[in-house]
Amino acid sequence: MSHATGRRVVFVGATRGMGRALSRRLVERGDRLCLLGRDAGELARAAADLGVRGASAPPTTVACDLSDPDTIEPALDAALADLGRLDVVVVTAGEFATQEALEAEPSRVSRLFDVNVRGVVLLCEGAKRRMLAMGGGALVVFTSVAGERGRASNVLYGATKAALSAYLEGLDHRHFRDGLRVLDVKPGFVRTSMTAGLREPPFAGEPEQVARDVERAMDRQRSVVFTPRAWGPVMSVVRGLPRAVMRRARF
Amino acid sequence: MTIQTTQPRLAGWGRQFRPARELTPESLLAPSRDAVLSRGLGRAYGDSALPPASRPVVLTTRRADHFVSFDAGTRELRAEAGVSLATINRLFLPRGYFLPVTPGTQHVTLGGAVAADVHGKNHHVDGGFGDHVTSLVVRVGDGRVITCTRERDADLFWATIGGMGLTGHVLEVGLTMRAVPSGVIDEELTRVDGLEAFQDALAVAATRHRYTVGWIDCLTRGASAGRGVLMAGDFSRAPGAPVPRARERVARLRFELPSWALGRATVRAFNEVHFRAFPRGTTRRSIGWEDFFYPLDRVDDWNLMYGSRGFTQYQCVLPERSARLGAARVMNVLTRRGGASFLCVIKDCGPEGRGMLSFPLKGISIALDLPLCDGTQALVDALNEEVIAHGGRIYLAKDSLTRREHFAQMEPRLAAFQEVRRKWDPRRTIRSAQSVRLMGDAP
Ligand SMILES: Cc1cc2nc3c(=O)[nH]c(=O)nc-3n(C[C@H](O)[C@H](O)[C@H](O)COP(=O)(O)OP(=O)(O)OC[C@H]3O[C@@H](n4cnc5c(N)ncnc54)[C@H](O)[C@@H]3O)c2cc1C
Ligand SMILES: NC(=O)c1ccc[n+]([C@@H]2O[C@H](COP(=O)([O-])OP(=O)(O)OC[C@H]3O[C@@H](n4cnc5c(N)ncnc54)[C@H](OP(=O)(O)O)[C@@H]3O)[C@@H](O)[C@H]2O)c1
Repeated sequence: MSHATGRRVVFVGATRGMGRALSRRLVERGDRLCLLGRDAGELARAAADLGVRGASAPPTTVACDLSDPDTIEPALDAALADLGRLDVVVVTAGEFATQEALEAEPSRVSRLFDVNVRGVVLLCEGAKRRMLAMGGGALVVFTSVAGERGRASNVLYGATKAALSAYLEGLDHRHFRDGLRVLDVKPGFVRTSMTAGLREPPFAGEPEQVARDVERAMDRQRSVVFTPRAWGPVMSVVRGLPRAVMRRARF
Repeated sequence: MTIQTTQPRLAGWGRQFRPARELTPESLLAPSRDAVLSRGLGRAYGDSALPPASRPVVLTTRRADHFVSFDAGTRELRAEAGVSLATINRLFLPRGYFLPVTPGTQHVTLGGAVAADVHGKNHHVDGGFGDHVTSLVVRVGDGRVITCTRERDADLFWATIGGMGLTGHVLEVGLTMRAVPSGVIDEELTRVDGLEAFQDALAVAATRHRYTVGWIDCLTRGASAGRGVLMAGDFSRAPGAPVPRARERVARLRFELPSWALGRATVRAFNEVHFRAFPRGTTRRSIGWEDFFYPLDRVDDWNLMYGSRGFTQYQCVLPERSARLGAARVMNVLTRRGGASFLCVIKDCGPEGRGMLSFPLKGISIALDLPLCDGTQALVDALNEEVIAHGGRIYLAKDSLTRREHFAQMEPRLAAFQEVRRKWDPRRTIRSAQSVRLMGDAP
């Protein structure tokens, strides 16, 4: 287990939810961040907050919208120029929409795949290339328990996260020996603005709890972490359910 | 997935639930535009942070918790209202700064600390929380966002400090932190043998210590009535004195205890043991900041201890001129009516602050935890009558049972406060269950 501090971290998604909580933990332990995101005002607020929490200069912020692939490479260049090197890249950014909303408005389906799959994968590809060129690094990417099984209640969102998990697993297998560490974070239901207004299942978690679990998984160099932790055993049951049961299940 | 269907309930720390719901956004700017009331971490005991029945959704601030800036030169910290005092302590004590004023729990928000103008063990020297606030950003009832200070829109500033959320939604708070030499307290514990002696001891301790407070055993009568322990201390200046790290995890009560658990017999036994644990005379020890300021925070959700009926806290302050007699009468009413208070805290307050409805005034404050039962309303009525007779008042952040007519008698400042509310919120959109009960706002 390592308790590295002072790492140079590119962070996509620090403005809200679990990313907000995790970025705070990282600056508090002494890591230096560069924040990527699409809303300059929100980024500036997050940076000021992290500056006070880390007792340091506020992190630099760089414009990057995962729905626009042209913004990704320039953002990584700017981040690398700011940080000088790249030890960790964290991506919590992602979108969610209910199955009903996506079916009602098919244009949102391509947007969902654009952000959750194309955008995140391109960012990881760029980050991976840069880190491998410097001898390795860590990728920490948020997928979801929704990607574990095809589920009636979230066919499309689940598919984006399943694609991302398959990609991350492949990266791990391909580049582990080159010094790339890949952590696939699979949150269960967590109370953030993404889930506001949705009915809570059992084991709903708080972002701070997730941040603690992820920090520990990073230190232990895990490749997959379920968080809050109760979701691990829950998902191993769900993985084993026969199709006939899944067809009838409403979740 | 579907929208929440079970009937949501909400309560203050005293766990008297009623139908209500929280909105917990990460930014207050938009949702504060049409919210009826803000709520912090729900540590007010009664109905201060509960919405009126007809508009049952409160705006909970705990996720709006960005720091804005800290200036080491002026020691001014600016942060959103949802930042908790616990977070401030965890981050700033290791850097040599502490809150200028803190209540007995650190699990309160900046917004809640401002709205109740909270007081601490240093009230006799440092005044209330509001005395250290430099600026407030407030969404007022007419929809505007106002930055107020002692100079600019000072009426709004001083009505918001201690105004129990009724002047608007505090979005951001500026306050001056205190520089401290360490994170440990040199504490002096003194066994005191009666209420009169207690007030003498507090007066003496006040001249020598920044932090003082007393714990009283309220179940003993006769000669030892009012016996207890006086705790006094200051941050240690010893070279190399450490800053203990904040507790990462604490114990937690997960279930309600049965209602008899805190009955008279248990409390008596606890008090006996607690009192005997202190040797006669004065003991000195060095103690970490969390154990000194926040002993109750050692157990999360300790309010479950009071069972399903919940509890209330009765806290009053009696002006100096009538404090001795008044305090004795209050304790007398309590013992006569058989109220078993688990916790009884006595504290001398410094001069009244400028918050238009702030609680403290120069004199003696007494706080009692009371399990709710059939006689509690009558007990609170009787206590209030004593307090009114002696020119005192109650602390709104603890109250759930005071009657409107009693409140009017103890609060000559109410009319001026209501005037300021009218100015910034002419349609009276901002109200609480407490303001419905005590100020006649529309339910
Ligand atoms: C164990 C314990 C010990 C305590 N010790 C002390 C003590 O020593 N001294 C003391 O003074 N108090 C003490 N208190 C009371 C506590 O400090 C106050 O009730 C405080 O207001 C609670 O803050 P909160 O964030 O939990 O606010 P809540 O309880 O949620 O709300 C309290 C009030 O503040 C208002 N409010 C909250 N946020 C905002 C906002 N952003 N804008 C406008 N209004 C807002 C609410 O409307 C409500 O009127 C104690 C409470 C407990 C449980
Ligand atoms: N919450 C859950 O229950 C849950 C469960 C399983 C998995 N997840 C996954 O966990 C991750 C974090 O979820 P969360 O609940 O913390 O989400 P959230 O609160 O909605 O925060 C999402 C973050 O991603 C950023 N973002 C969104 N779209 C972006 C884009 N196109 N370009 C750049 N940044 C973008 C947002 O920035 P802005 O400030 O600009 O909006 C925000 O910082 C997501 O990938 C989500 O799918 C969540």
